[in-house]
Amino acid sequence: MHVTRGFTGRPRVPDAGLPPGQYDAGDDWPVLSAEVTPDLAPADWTFRVDGLVEEPRTWDWTQAHELPASAYEGDIHCVTSWSKFGVRFGGVSLDAFFNVVRPHVSATHVVAYSHTGYTTNLPLEDVTGGRAWIAWEYDGRPLPAEHGGPARLLVPHLYFWKSAKWIAGLRLLDHDEPGFWEQNGYHARGNPWEEQRYSGD
Amino acid sequence: MTDTFAPTTRFAVPGRIAVSNRAAAVWQTATLTEIRRETPHASTFRFAVPGWTGHLAGQHLMLRLRAEDGYVAQRHYSIASHPDDAGHVELTLDHVEGGEVSGWFHTVAEPGDEVEVRGPLSGFFAWPGDRPALLLGAGSGVVPLMSMLRQHRARDLSVPLRLVVSARSPEELIYAREYGAETTAVFTRSAPHGVPVGRMAAAHVEPLLAEQPAGGWEAYVCGSNGFAEHASRLLVEAGQPVDRIRIERFG
Repeated sequence: MHVTRGFTGRPRVPDAGLPPGQYDAGDDWPVLSAEVTPDLAPADWTFRVDGLVEEPRTWDWTQAHELPASAYEGDIHCVTSWSKFGVRFGGVSLDAFFNVVRPHVSATHVVAYSHTGYTTNLPLEDVTGGRAWIAWEYDGRPLPAEHGGPARLLVPHLYFWKSAKWIAGLRLLDHDEPGFWEQNGYHARGNPWEEQRYSGD
Repeated sequence: MTDTFAPTTRFAVPGRIAVSNRAAAVWQTATLTEIRRETPHASTFRFAVPGWTGHLAGQHLMLRLRAEDGYVAQRHYSIASHPDDAGHVELTLDHVEGGEVSGWFHTVAEPGDEVEVRGPLSGFFAWPGDRPALLLGAGSGVVPLMSMLRQHRARDLSVPLRLVVSARSPEELIYAREYGAETTAVFTRSAPHGVPVGRMAAAHVEPLLAEQPAGGWEAYVCGSNGFAEHASRLLVEAGQPVDRIRIERFG
């Protein structure tokens, strides 16, 4: 790749937390959803886990809050090139939901889907072992609707399109099925450290 | 595939345009051939991209600049030109305060300079020219919508297309000379004499939804998140189905 004449770029701030091709968005938290932000009250929110599990189950807002609280403090990375450092989400680890439904050994992937119908696919191992949450708090406050409130999926080690807003459920599968952006040319896994933005990266 | 999982929730934004993954994966050299001033804060940059495979109106691309020390900055930009402009793409960029990429374009770039692009990207906001198109944009959010309008004209399409575009003032209205009877301009800070100043409102959207062409409108909304939230709510309140509203938010 050639050098762009006269381009210097912003001052270099070495940051081991910044994946390749990303920049620090600072205090900004851009909203990039492709659909109309739904008018979804906590009382109307439900979260279901089914597919290749022993005991499919649906939680409502109150039942989900009875599971052990878990927090994420760290960074998030959007495929459009911004990263945001030191964010704090509160919710419940997905492991707590999986402990109830008990995935079959044949389950390898999940499709996460939203109350809007948005979908995204993930390997099961990316959403187990303390790496994924159902989050309903941001910075100690209720998660705003435009950021996926009342509750969203949070998988912070992958590009943020995987962290489905207005999360409605997970379907466990024995194969990978591309979700909304993945059918629109985005990478199947979306690891920011490997810069897996688009299919073929 | 009959066993593909589909959630019971209503699918809000069906992606219906297949994207060439091969084209999206390859970085290509784009040579700047022309710069046109649009407004005090926005200019159009025309590039020759000999290997460009073509795009659909509404799609975007990724562009990257590289500094001498290897530092790379990359951004997504909507494509402004229509799809029949073979071997060329045009981008219209705001001069963002402190923006390292838009700053380079507005203060350093000149014809002959080379950058790199990959794309076209994303199929969900694309308009292939088949369905009636209702376009709502604000500021530089009009860029991908202009690609649709230009295609509509270049191909002399008979399918209805309407554009409502919001700008701070007439001086800030991008592509001001190109709009025709299909367009309504809304000014939020200052307007020509006799034109009211104010936000895009139900009064702009309701008459268009009352028209209801055969098959209904496919609505495209583009702009800041604040505008996108506002405009998409106007559409829903005026009766536009949520699964026929496609939103591109800048950020």
